[in-house]
Amino acid sequence: MSSKLIDAKNLKKSFGEFIAVDDIDLSVLRGEVVGFLGPNGAGKSTTMKMLTGFLEPDSGDIMINNVDLKSNPLQAKEFIGYLPEGAPSYSDMNVLEFLSFVGKMRGLNKKILTTRLDEMAIQISLKEVWNKPIETLSKGFKRRVGIAQALIHDPDILILDEPTDGLDPNQKHEMRNLIKTISKNKAIVISTHILEEVEAVCSRAMIIADGKLLANETPANLEKQFANKDIISIKVFNKINAVLAKNLKSSIHYGDVKIEKLDKDTNRILVSDDKRTPELNAVLKQVNKFKLNIIEASFVKSNLEEIFRKITTTNASS
Amino acid sequence: MKIYLEKTYIIFDRELKGYFRTPLASIFLLVFLALSSGMTFFLGRFFDRDQADLTAFFAWHPWLFLILMPAIGMRLWAEERRSGTIELLITLPVTNMQLVIGKFLASWIFTLIALILTMPIWVTVNYLGDPDNNVILISYIGSWLMAGAFLALTSCLSALTKNQVIAFIISSISGFVLIMAGFNLVLSSVRSWTPTWVTETVGSMSFLSHFSRIQMGVFDLRTLIFFISMIILCIWINVQLVQIKKAD
Repeated sequence: MSSKLIDAKNLKKSFGEFIAVDDIDLSVLRGEVVGFLGPNGAGKSTTMKMLTGFLEPDSGDIMINNVDLKSNPLQAKEFIGYLPEGAPSYSDMNVLEFLSFVGKMRGLNKKILTTRLDEMAIQISLKEVWNKPIETLSKGFKRRVGIAQALIHDPDILILDEPTDGLDPNQKHEMRNLIKTISKNKAIVISTHILEEVEAVCSRAMIIADGKLLANETPANLEKQFANKDIISIKVFNKINAVLAKNLKSSIHYGDVKIEKLDKDTNRILVSDDKRTPELNAVLKQVNKFKLNIIEASFVKSNLEEIFRKITTTNASS
Repeated sequence: MKIYLEKTYIIFDRELKGYFRTPLASIFLLVFLALSSGMTFFLGRFFDRDQADLTAFFAWHPWLFLILMPAIGMRLWAEERRSGTIELLITLPVTNMQLVIGKFLASWIFTLIALILTMPIWVTVNYLGDPDNNVILISYIGSWLMAGAFLALTSCLSALTKNQVIAFIISSISGFVLIMAGFNLVLSSVRSWTPTWVTETVGSMSFLSHFSRIQMGVFDLRTLIFFISMIILCIWINVQLVQIKKAD
């Protein structure tokens, strides 16, 4: 028995000529929140649709809590709560009717259903719209109703396709807090294209583009890994003329050296290299030879957003 | 098995109540009652016939159903696909068969309600004369069976599209072909270039010829089997279509 609640291997899915998901492996442990990152059309939703049993993969295996989704779909689906993209719901029903319907379909008996409905009303803050038709609700409430139906049977696995899309900043914050609160004993997969969300709630980020998995790291590791390869920035309180610039460039043995004028007396030397990580010490040593007044020296720390752009665009161009 | 039926019932229940959540149900029931009695009294010349039976009432049912059954059934799958709720349904722990049957039964029971509401006409004819109530009962059952076949066909075709209007139109056209299959106009055009058995098959597919037998009070097994197998076939195709078209 593996402790992986989701264990998917070699997932492939194409629609006609278009390859939506190309050989993706994915496993999620209890307690993990995996953030699925990628540009629009990268294959995030398709992957989620396969994990929930909505789409059948062309090839590959999916184990849900050690149950094979393909050969035993009904049992496997019981472990999953799913918020599809756009949080669809039956707009003619009211919130209570809709959640009761999903709860009953999930096999909850009357007593448990009543308890869970009460919990949902409080936990997801739905009390005030409880008896209102869903079609009259705001986007934020509709999204919450979608989350509530995914949570109604208290599943081990939650798959949320863009759970905060269309919410205002306060609602986003609440939603993230909610995800964090419930994540302790569940395996959660969320897709998003908002990077701060990954930093805020995810224990692991998986970046996909063009159907391929490009990175699978903790957000911190991602930053570390890619930040090291980034740029050294040295601010100096000196004027740098063309000759000095030329000398600087030739003495610093890294691929790319740029001089940027910040104002009349301050300049910035930017050092980077595609092939190796520039060493701060070595660069400083060289710069010191020119007797420059160094005000500040640091790596330009790239945030997740830059990393994301870098990973996804590099891949697309290669 | 119990759970299997339970889930089918929950789907059925939601769908049936869904008809009454919007004005659709009341509008439909009103239109159905108005048209069925209007056709009976004006087009069917109920009084001029001077006979205590409901032939004039039932004779219009195939044509009435041709329009009204697609109106009831068009939303069954087209709407799920348009709104994306199909994704919710299919990721629930149920089979597509349960979903299709639950939805179909809801529309069929709704039609039964509509038919039951026409019963005053039955009472009237009993008040006016001395009709053969067996024939009327059989006609009611036959009419409901035929409605079931129309609905199963509509449900099946509504899985092809996200657009209810398109679902309505293709269902009506298909229904029209099935009604007309027994007419000589259709049969003679097929007869000239196909073997006899094809002509007979096409002829035996006709809703109209099956229904007119029932109307005469002849309830033979063939007719029962025809409508039931038509329903089962459509449900089976419906399940396949949902599977194929769900993600489009």
